[in-house]
Amino acid sequence: MQPVISIEQLTKTYASGHQALKSIDLDIRRGEIFALLGPNGAGKTTLIGIVCGIVNPGTGRVLVDGHDIVADYRQARSKIGLVPQELYNEGFESVWTTVRFSRGLFGKAPDDAYIEKLLRDLSLWDKKDARILDLSGGMKRRVMIAKALSHEPSILFLDEPTAGVDVELRRDMWAMVHRLRERGVTIILTTHYIEEAEEMADRIGVIRQGEIILVEDKERLMVQLGSKRLTLQLQQPLAQIPAGLAEYPLLLSADGQQLAYTFDAHHERTGIAELLRRLGEQGIDFKDLQTSQSSLEEIVVNLLRAR
Amino acid sequence: MNRYAIRAIYLFELSRAWRTLLQSIATPVISTSLYFVVFGSAIGSSMSQIHGIGYAAFIVPGLIMMMLLTESITNASFGIYMPRYSGTIYEVLSAPVSHVEILVGYVGAAATKSIILGLLILVTARIFVDYRIEHPVWMALFLILTAVTFCLFGFIIGIWADGWEKLQIVPSLIVTPLAFLGGSFYSIEMLPSFWQKVALLNPVVYLISGFRWSFYGVADVNPAVSLGMTCGFLAICLALVGWIFKTGYRLKS
Repeated sequence: MQPVISIEQLTKTYASGHQALKSIDLDIRRGEIFALLGPNGAGKTTLIGIVCGIVNPGTGRVLVDGHDIVADYRQARSKIGLVPQELYNEGFESVWTTVRFSRGLFGKAPDDAYIEKLLRDLSLWDKKDARILDLSGGMKRRVMIAKALSHEPSILFLDEPTAGVDVELRRDMWAMVHRLRERGVTIILTTHYIEEAEEMADRIGVIRQGEIILVEDKERLMVQLGSKRLTLQLQQPLAQIPAGLAEYPLLLSADGQQLAYTFDAHHERTGIAELLRRLGEQGIDFKDLQTSQSSLEEIVVNLLRAR
Repeated sequence: MNRYAIRAIYLFELSRAWRTLLQSIATPVISTSLYFVVFGSAIGSSMSQIHGIGYAAFIVPGLIMMMLLTESITNASFGIYMPRYSGTIYEVLSAPVSHVEILVGYVGAAATKSIILGLLILVTARIFVDYRIEHPVWMALFLILTAVTFCLFGFIIGIWADGWEKLQIVPSLIVTPLAFLGGSFYSIEMLPSFWQKVALLNPVVYLISGFRWSFYGVADVNPAVSLGMTCGFLAICLALVGWIFKTGYRLKS
């Protein structure tokens, strides 16, 4: 299937000389939720800015649904909705006016019924006549989303959409993103909350210092790069790990009550049975045990550290 | 052509003027009317005629032109600076609109406001002064051409400015003094010979002279020269705006 966004050898160097993007190649699949992760200054917002037309591209090529973002910018941009990271708004305008303005700006005929439905979906209908200046931060974020969706885009960029919003709104937005995906909208998400990517994304991309260092299906990524941890609650605290267990990658908690063993769950031999037998030989009893899987956050942090 | 986008920008900008009716419309109309009362009715009654025209009537075109210049620059510069300042310019830049469409939306709305103001002041002046318009078509042409040209100039200032202070500098510290010295209140023929030549370096002289000619058929400089100067300034502004959009100056990084 043709990717909905195709980025080929895209570079960007700012006038200051800072090279924000170094030959990026990336395909976004139609209808997926793609999470772009990376530390501050990695190039996430520059990449989004170029695709959306806010930042001048350097070399390379970007196609949006087959349309070049420079040569055929009208077709390309009409398919995109953008929710930027910052809460930009015309404070003195009403919610209704500003959302209606956005629809017109993107070349769509006025459709008050659609705008009403959009505002109701985003719990903004009661605030339609309120000045944006008078809204809470969470409500302003909803207005930004309403503006981005006002022209019924098939691709939605969410740049740090839940930065600074409360838990309830974050959950609401996750639900909204899933609803949009069900309607066939492709969603590209950048976030610092990796749990957000873990909750929503189909695929993960990791960008660091202007380079894409990994693109992978989320499930596969967690299986391939994730590890499991066995934690034992000991009957008697240990002062140190006995020499007889030195060959195992064990971690003893500060109070000596917990012993943790990290292992590869997909390896034929996890070493758990052998470890438990050796513990018995050493006279170390345990009262409880549990296993846990590494989170996406741990995987991404390890990836960024490793490179 | 994205006519919905032009309409959206145009109506959005006009709605701001409507929302701030006192500041946008009433203030310039009232302040210009005060000029008519003070310089026209009060002082003007003891002044002699200029080119056979009563002083109160003589200053009507100059005052309208002075207001038109400052308001055009202020309206247009504020119109584009506000989204830059608030950050909402991202939406315009990411929308499927051409540079020409952006320009028509913003400059069109600013020029509309200025022309409405000009006409309102013209009507208000009638309360205080008995004036005539010998060439109404030329009057309308000069009015529209000047409004569009100086709205373009204001648009450029709105892009160039990186603070509110710069936004105010050009209309208040450059254009208003040039309008005062450009024959709003007198004919440059009343100046000593040397200062007449200096006055001809002031571009506003040509605008006021041409506009006054459309009222009374008398001018300090040939009306064709006035028209040519206005069109020349329009061409310079268009070229500058073209360069801004081509390079993304202060709009895109």
